[in-house]
Amino acid sequence: MKIHEYQGKELFRRFGVATTRCVPCFSVDEAVEAAKKLGGSVWVVKAQIHAGGRGKGGGVKVAKSLDEVREKAKQILGMQLVTPQTGPQGQKVRRLLIEEGADIQQELYIGMVVDRATQRVCLMASSEGGMDIEEVAAKHPEKIHKVFVDPATGLGDAESQDVSRKIGIPAASVGQGAKLLQALYRCFNETDASLAEINPLVVTGKGEVVALDAKFNFDDNALFRHPEIVAMRDLDEENALEIEASKNELSYISLDGNIGCLVNGAGLAMATMDTIKLYGGEPANFLDVGGGATTERVTAAFKIMLSNPKVKAILVNIFGGIMKCDTIATGVVSAAREVKLSVPLVVRMKGTNEQLGKQILKESGLPIISADNMAEAGQRVVAALQGAQG
Amino acid sequence: MSILIDKNTRVVTQGITGNTGQFHTRTSREYANGRACYVAGVNPKRAGENFEGIPIFGTVREAKQQTGVNVSVVYVPPAGAAGAILEAVEADLDLVICITEGIPVRDMVAVRDRMKKEKRRTLLLGPNCPGAITPEELKIGIMPGHIHRKGRVGVVSRSGTLTYEAVGQLTELGIGQSSAVGIGGDPVNGLKHIDVLKLFNDDPQTDAVIMIGEIGGGDEETAARWVKEHMKKPVVGFIAGVTAPPGKRMGHAGAIISGGKGTAQEKLAVMEECGIKVTRNPAEMGKLLKSVLK
Repeated sequence: MKIHEYQGKELFRRFGVATTRCVPCFSVDEAVEAAKKLGGSVWVVKAQIHAGGRGKGGGVKVAKSLDEVREKAKQILGMQLVTPQTGPQGQKVRRLLIEEGADIQQELYIGMVVDRATQRVCLMASSEGGMDIEEVAAKHPEKIHKVFVDPATGLGDAESQDVSRKIGIPAASVGQGAKLLQALYRCFNETDASLAEINPLVVTGKGEVVALDAKFNFDDNALFRHPEIVAMRDLDEENALEIEASKNELSYISLDGNIGCLVNGAGLAMATMDTIKLYGGEPANFLDVGGGATTERVTAAFKIMLSNPKVKAILVNIFGGIMKCDTIATGVVSAAREVKLSVPLVVRMKGTNEQLGKQILKESGLPIISADNMAEAGQRVVAALQGAQG
Repeated sequence: MSILIDKNTRVVTQGITGNTGQFHTRTSREYANGRACYVAGVNPKRAGENFEGIPIFGTVREAKQQTGVNVSVVYVPPAGAAGAILEAVEADLDLVICITEGIPVRDMVAVRDRMKKEKRRTLLLGPNCPGAITPEELKIGIMPGHIHRKGRVGVVSRSGTLTYEAVGQLTELGIGQSSAVGIGGDPVNGLKHIDVLKLFNDDPQTDAVIMIGEIGGGDEETAARWVKEHMKKPVVGFIAGVTAPPGKRMGHAGAIISGGKGTAQEKLAVMEECGIKVTRNPAEMGKLLKSVLK
């Protein structure tokens, strides 16, 4: 789960990570009021969307008077912000953050993720803040410093001071930098984050070390113990079909193609997408109905898949283990009837009660194309799509 | 032989009183030597009772003392699963197989840290995995037993149903399996591809291995490099997720391309460089394996 920058900064303040003063706003008037309240003579008007790269898309602007705050807020609020991470359709800006201007002397980068190889939280820090960190990693890997944190002891004083020095925080501010890193680790750990990023972390003219941005991802598996974080969820930022899917305990991701696929198991679902592509088609989605799907869940999955208007053919690929093929077949038939299915449907079924499942499909009288293996299924769905478009 | 489990293994089910634990203990017990192998269950509140004749103990240690179990299978719900794994580790079993899906990553970081610092001998398979099976001997986990057939090919995979797909293809071609092992789809787990490949390499009853991976992380690459240096047997591979877009989590918590790392193309390229024959067509995993058998 992701949250907005302003929510991330709320978490930062709770854990003692220094941030600039800022106020979230939902209207242009609120934005001007916020700037007045913050005082000073320079403000930054920032679009609040979950995707990164906001500056590049024109979602972050500096204002040097209250009139300018009004003007920039008007420009940004409601705009369809396109960044390298939103895709070409962009994301509508519904919230703003008004932030006091900072006297920036240095821009640094701080990130935290769980490293799979060492099975520890990895702190990544670099002197090259404000830039695309993936580019820095590719061109100047020596400029990224890593610390793998011992989960039993947390981030130590010596390590955090050492990293602060390595990324160029001036000697007088190293103590502050180290304190910030330790607070960030506590925040990451105690909120069950899967990613935390400050880009940029700045050193001001007065030598203060301050987070100018806050990006978070949280471990979905741990949300059950963080109602305060679940409360920050902004459904406007999420794909409507993906929300509907998660309510039904389905794992669904929208993609750009036109062949819908419904599969049990994440690995098999990806492999099915790959098969579609291999035979010249493009998958419209990833959809894993899980191991213990019921007839109701399969019906819900069908409806979600078909609410995507791009879907012009469907491939169902089931390897029945715990899940029995007859259960799936019953679900497929009832869903196809309920939604008055009008696009070609290819079903490949294997495993427990395979024959029973096939019989249910056959006796339904629905024009279901059956396939015996994955290759056949891929070929047939692509052919059916071409026939339907033909 | 075979790896990890066989007909002499004695199993304790942790979470034997829940629906999932009961369902799978029942089906696993009906498979091959299951009746002799499944000898204990654990639930601190139900000690002294039994599940369809399987005695329930208060702790894993007690179950071990009373019945001699050496392997545990965990079906405990996510909030308590990490604790259940540690209990089995502290009882010094040979292997813990954790089926539970949805364990917080932080809990697994803590579990793995303790296992390493305390230099525990217990192996961990999973979490979020289908388990392990040695066909016609013992099944521990949620895979459909009937698709397997005894033989000499090892299967190791990060995903459940895709493992069944590979096994199904092998069986259809008349090729049996020595053991099939699902290592699970979580980012922080126990045995990895490389560990299971080492076991297959040392197993005199395994002639060749299918290794199935998916997007995310670098475990397949690490395993491939080891294969190049040390593996004495042919390995073939498939990686799911060639079509997966970066930044989108594909179901498994570990299946995500992030920071340009962990793509299927990259993994396939490294595997090929290391002498592993790969296919980009999941329908041909079985055929590819057949082509490398002598």
